[in-house]
Amino acid sequence: MTAITSNFSAAPVLPKWMASVLLLAFAYGVVPLIGSSYLFEAILLPFLALGLAGVGLNILTGYAGQVSLGSAAFMAAGAFAAYNLNLRVEGLPLIGSIFLAGIVAAAIGIVFGLPSLRLKGFYLAVSTLAAQFFVQWALTKFSWFSNESASGVIDAPRLSIGGLALDGAVGRYLFALTIVSILTFLAYRLVSSQTGRNFIAIRDNETAARIIGIPVLKTKLLAFAISSFIIGVAGVIWAFAYLRTVEPAGFDLDRSFQILFIIIIGGLASIRGAFFGAALIVVFPLGLSRLGGFLLGDVFDSGVLDMSQRIVLGALIILFLILEPDGLVALWDRIRRRLLFAWQST
Amino acid sequence: MIADFDYQFFIEVLVGGLLSGVMYSLVAIGFVLIYKTSGVLNFAQGALLLFAALTFVSLVERGVPFALALVATFAIMVAIGIAIERTVLRPLTNKPPITLFMATLGLSYIIEGAAQLIWGTQVHGLDLGIEDVPLEVGGVLISQFDIFAAVVAAGMVLLLSLFFRYTRIGLSFRAVADDQFAALAVGLRLPLIWATVWAAAGLVALVAGLLWGARLGVQFSLSLVVLKALPVLVLGGFDSILGAIVGGLLIGASEKLAEVYIGDYFGGGIESWFAYVVALAFLLIRPSGLFGQKLVERV
Repeated sequence: MTAITSNFSAAPVLPKWMASVLLLAFAYGVVPLIGSSYLFEAILLPFLALGLAGVGLNILTGYAGQVSLGSAAFMAAGAFAAYNLNLRVEGLPLIGSIFLAGIVAAAIGIVFGLPSLRLKGFYLAVSTLAAQFFVQWALTKFSWFSNESASGVIDAPRLSIGGLALDGAVGRYLFALTIVSILTFLAYRLVSSQTGRNFIAIRDNETAARIIGIPVLKTKLLAFAISSFIIGVAGVIWAFAYLRTVEPAGFDLDRSFQILFIIIIGGLASIRGAFFGAALIVVFPLGLSRLGGFLLGDVFDSGVLDMSQRIVLGALIILFLILEPDGLVALWDRIRRRLLFAWQST
Repeated sequence: MIADFDYQFFIEVLVGGLLSGVMYSLVAIGFVLIYKTSGVLNFAQGALLLFAALTFVSLVERGVPFALALVATFAIMVAIGIAIERTVLRPLTNKPPITLFMATLGLSYIIEGAAQLIWGTQVHGLDLGIEDVPLEVGGVLISQFDIFAAVVAAGMVLLLSLFFRYTRIGLSFRAVADDQFAALAVGLRLPLIWATVWAAAGLVALVAGLLWGARLGVQFSLSLVVLKALPVLVLGGFDSILGAIVGGLLIGASEKLAEVYIGDYFGGGIESWFAYVVALAFLLIRPSGLFGQKLVERV
């Protein structure tokens, strides 16, 4: 598997956690005051949902080394589970149904992770496609999942926590931000724990991991479960906070690839990387359409835009794999070190 | 219940399934070629298939004669093969296979985008001049087009097998497949071999693209036939041409039979995932597929 070492070099000036605290303070204290509704609706909400999904996939693929092409299925499972729990279970608070939806996604993740006990590499990657197609088919086929609505479309319930309504753009942003921050923190703790080390050991050399006494099968299934839990909750945010109306077709194979691209571009085996990648994936189509419209005018219609997006995205993937295999995170760290060095030597 | 069983109908479904399995095999062979020589699962095979079919159809629609369009498209596919070797594979030599797989994922996005940017997104009809009149063999109706596809596939497999076994470059393909370092050490020219094998995969993509295009119409969804070929590959083993054929037949037959006989219990439409379940169930017994080499560990 890819030889990616975790980044142990601490930031030289501030303690490591200070940066996160400052970032969170900014995200909670400043962004809601200055942000426009476009910023929340079109950039920050998809960024948070996809970033969290990236964190989930990174635990499975980046840390534990099991490539999955079925992430969108777990997002869908989470979204539809939360919808049904919220709808059918009386008196269950919203947070409760989101948590249970994560558990449902984790259970499905364990089922589709079972092949990983015998399969490796490409064989496993292909078998995760089974999850992708099966979940999408089940959600479209059985209208019970979408409360008998046409073509499986579901509408998100009102978002409120403890009587506090969060339906506006800012409210939904804060709702998503809170969940994403908590889960990201937990994921960060996880990957630097014994379990996280076990994941990495299995990725780097399964036989060696088994010899030093890591329960390989259990650990692999645990990676599938945790990853699917996080991706499932990301699906809930995607459905409830970002789009508000989703259908199973929105969680197709392209979405799975998108999440895979996020962790390749952002950096495999890096929690921060998922957010770097998600930022690029969300902002880049918007930027490209602005740029295209500006340079080419009317020739640049939505069809051309769609195709050029595909081309540029594909090229970006290949460029990152060749030039910066550790992703945007590595690029960022290098630039930061240079700047610090330049600053200290003056 | 058993007495009512309609054998003729059963055989008709079975034969139809087997023949559509051949169509899956056609796509799968393109994957096997590349996997054998570079250990890469080339996800871009479907995109190549779309590109080839779209280029061919667009040339024919612009008044280029059939044979000339065929040659021109093949030339373009060779050029693409060489370009891929230069720009993607060479910088990624000796990287882990999974990195190369992700690169081909990116590649498939580029090729799909380019194909439609150049030739447009509308659906093209493709007529290969084969009449699709069902043929009656022993009371069972068989599509003539399917038989034609099967013959083409058989010819291609024969050609490829002979090529791998008896030609010098075929031998070097196998050497590279066995051990890249060793092949480099004895002086095999890796770039040339890779360019050739990608060109060969381009040819397979062209043939498969034409047959599938004639069936479904040439359009974006053509690139999705890779998703049909993947379970075939898993079942047959990624590195076996024979496996691709047998896997295709098994998947094609079981998929059709399942759709007809048990599909109703699931509310229909199970063909999107049934092949994967068959392949998975099989893999649990034999983790490297029917004919795959037992070295999945190295991945």
